[in-house]
Amino acid sequence: MAELPATPLLDDLEKGPWPSFVTEIKNAALHKDSCKDLLGQLERSYREKIGHWKHGGIVGVLGYGGGVIGRYSDLPKEFPGIAHFHTLRINQPSGWFYTSKALRDICDLWEEHGSGLTNMHGSTGDIILLGTTTDELEPTFKALTDVGFDIGGSGSDVRTPSCCVGPARCEWACYDTLKVCYQLTMDYQDEIHRPMFPYKFKFKMSGCPNDCVASIARSDMSIIGTWRDDIQQDDAAVKEYADKGLNIQRDVVGNCPGQCMEWDGEKLTIDNDLCRRCMHCINAMPKALAPGKDRGATILLGSKAPIVEGALLSSVLIPFLKIDNEEDFKDLQALVEEIWEVWGEEGKNRERVGEFIQRVGMANFLEAIGLEPVAEMVAHPRENPYVFYNQGDDEEEDK
Amino acid sequence: MAEATKRVTDIGPPHYEKFLPEIIKKNYGTWKYHEVLKPGVMVHVGESGDKLFTVRAAGARLMSIYRIREIADLADKYSGGHLRFTSRHNIEFLLTDSANIEPLIAGLKEIGHPIGGIGNSISSIVHTQGWIHCHSAATDASGVVKAVMDEVFPHFEKMDLPGKLRIALACCLNMCGAVHCSDIAILGVHTRPPKTDFATVNKVCEIPNVVASCPTAAIRPVTADGNRTVEVIEEQCMFCANCFTVCPAMPMNDPDTDGISIWVGGKVSNARTEPQFSKLAIPFLPNNPPRWPEVTSAVSNLVELWAANARPFERMGEWIDRITWPRFFKMAGLEFHPEHIDDFKHAGLTYKRSMHLVR
Repeated sequence: MAELPATPLLDDLEKGPWPSFVTEIKNAALHKDSCKDLLGQLERSYREKIGHWKHGGIVGVLGYGGGVIGRYSDLPKEFPGIAHFHTLRINQPSGWFYTSKALRDICDLWEEHGSGLTNMHGSTGDIILLGTTTDELEPTFKALTDVGFDIGGSGSDVRTPSCCVGPARCEWACYDTLKVCYQLTMDYQDEIHRPMFPYKFKFKMSGCPNDCVASIARSDMSIIGTWRDDIQQDDAAVKEYADKGLNIQRDVVGNCPGQCMEWDGEKLTIDNDLCRRCMHCINAMPKALAPGKDRGATILLGSKAPIVEGALLSSVLIPFLKIDNEEDFKDLQALVEEIWEVWGEEGKNRERVGEFIQRVGMANFLEAIGLEPVAEMVAHPRENPYVFYNQGDDEEEDK
Repeated sequence: MAEATKRVTDIGPPHYEKFLPEIIKKNYGTWKYHEVLKPGVMVHVGESGDKLFTVRAAGARLMSIYRIREIADLADKYSGGHLRFTSRHNIEFLLTDSANIEPLIAGLKEIGHPIGGIGNSISSIVHTQGWIHCHSAATDASGVVKAVMDEVFPHFEKMDLPGKLRIALACCLNMCGAVHCSDIAILGVHTRPPKTDFATVNKVCEIPNVVASCPTAAIRPVTADGNRTVEVIEEQCMFCANCFTVCPAMPMNDPDTDGISIWVGGKVSNARTEPQFSKLAIPFLPNNPPRWPEVTSAVSNLVELWAANARPFERMGEWIDRITWPRFFKMAGLEFHPEHIDDFKHAGLTYKRSMHLVR
């Protein structure tokens, strides 16, 4: 058996109760020389407190511009096994559901063509196959498509969409997140594989305002489920929570942001007109309360991490949209494509759509995509009186 | 001559329905409620009366295929081969027979995967590649996460916290881990300007792109020794490393001055209060592998302080908003530094503009 390099610093991270990534790399290193060199280089990083990877590099599979991240060691002589050690992003199934067979298919092809190391999953949601050589990219891709998988996004393209568990296992899903995720992914295959935008564009689908995939913080277009009728309420079950010790007055009523609930010790009364659909009372009493039956989604736009012009949260674009059938879905796609048209044409290099809106102004952006402003789009109306009043009509009248 | 096989592209991911267990297909969209039975175990009950049991186990995120096969074996044995992953790298087994729960948990423990992370507990840490696979990392990711999770581990296995607590780590400001809305964010930072390689800038980069990449306009084109190159106005640089992202000749990594900052009080859920960004708590802690003791102790202190003082359901940021930031700094024993005051866009909106000050 090939010997593993000495890794006194990393060895310490095999102790303790949490699953150890070092153990994982060592397991793979028993089979793969590349992982032995990965261990060696990582130990050196731990000793020197600095990474040892070169700056990117353009590699990929034929006909795709995204989904493979070039990675080269800056110590190729010492660690030849990771001189090339590229990453492939593999588009995960909606909701990260698998069968053991599907996982084994991925494992088998990655045993043949790569390092045997993965991330389950990367931050955007893809399966990450961590480390292979340039020569193995095409064969890996062929093996992937043979078992029904495809590569995900990277660079200035549509990044692999991701969604929460949705109606598959959650009573709070206000629309079919898995279906919308799958449909957008399939309809925008070209945009995922062939970067054509000013910068990346992410979709994340959450079924309710709990937002389990952090859509409002991490996606250019956040599609978050909500409802517009009354909360479904089972009074007997509410009472049961109270009897079991839940302090409904303090912990449910007292936490309601709309102050729209009353509890008299027997019955909970909700003024649904003032309900903000925050989910708190439903989270606290899942057996007693549920989102209403008239369900749909709010479409928000523009969130991103700090680079370049600062972090943003998505803001409301469409307060309520039904996404039940083909027609509804077409409306959503028409909106997406209108946004891409404007941002694709006017956006600067490496400018996310949220930054673009900040630069040109929301009102101008809305006009460009043909959407009427509504009060739900702002936290509050403007405070400053430097208003660009529309003066177009005066000139007409003067003539 | 053999016909060339057609190259298959643009097929997208497999349809998710292929991977759903029968019980999910049957109850799709008609789940009635769920209950957490014990840490790491919950049941979803359908309108039909069907019960689906979920056992949530910790994953390392970085896993070998040999590990994944062991996990697949457990799924075959106890959950009909059905499992899923969560948005925080946890592994969830989907069971129909409650008699399989305990044997599955035992099997998971045997291969080193504790169960937990549901309800009022600490779930797995969303994180990035770090020194394992990234050129721009200011710290490692997996190592810090392992060290922190070992430290706060009792809160993964128990549901003994006032509310949910979400920790995330990104090893640089690119934030592949989008940590900016976490209860506790661990963020790798550079603290010195790029060490511009003047001679190679125009060979490996487009100078206008490098100039445009700087959010504070600290980079300007210059000519040196007859070469077109760039220079950095160092007092204007806030070490974001965006220039390095577009140009390898602007390296930022430094073993002595790279480190970790800690941010608190962010959330993405809309429950009770609106989503909010995390705010800076500790500007800099050193990189101290393999266990980053300064970081683990800082995170652990913040967790315990919040756990001891927050009201039921109150997230870190909600608690701090109630007690106010000066009180938080005092209680946490943290010093307030010039770095805590924002000086980027809209910084004025973060100044205290009222008399609402506590003792």
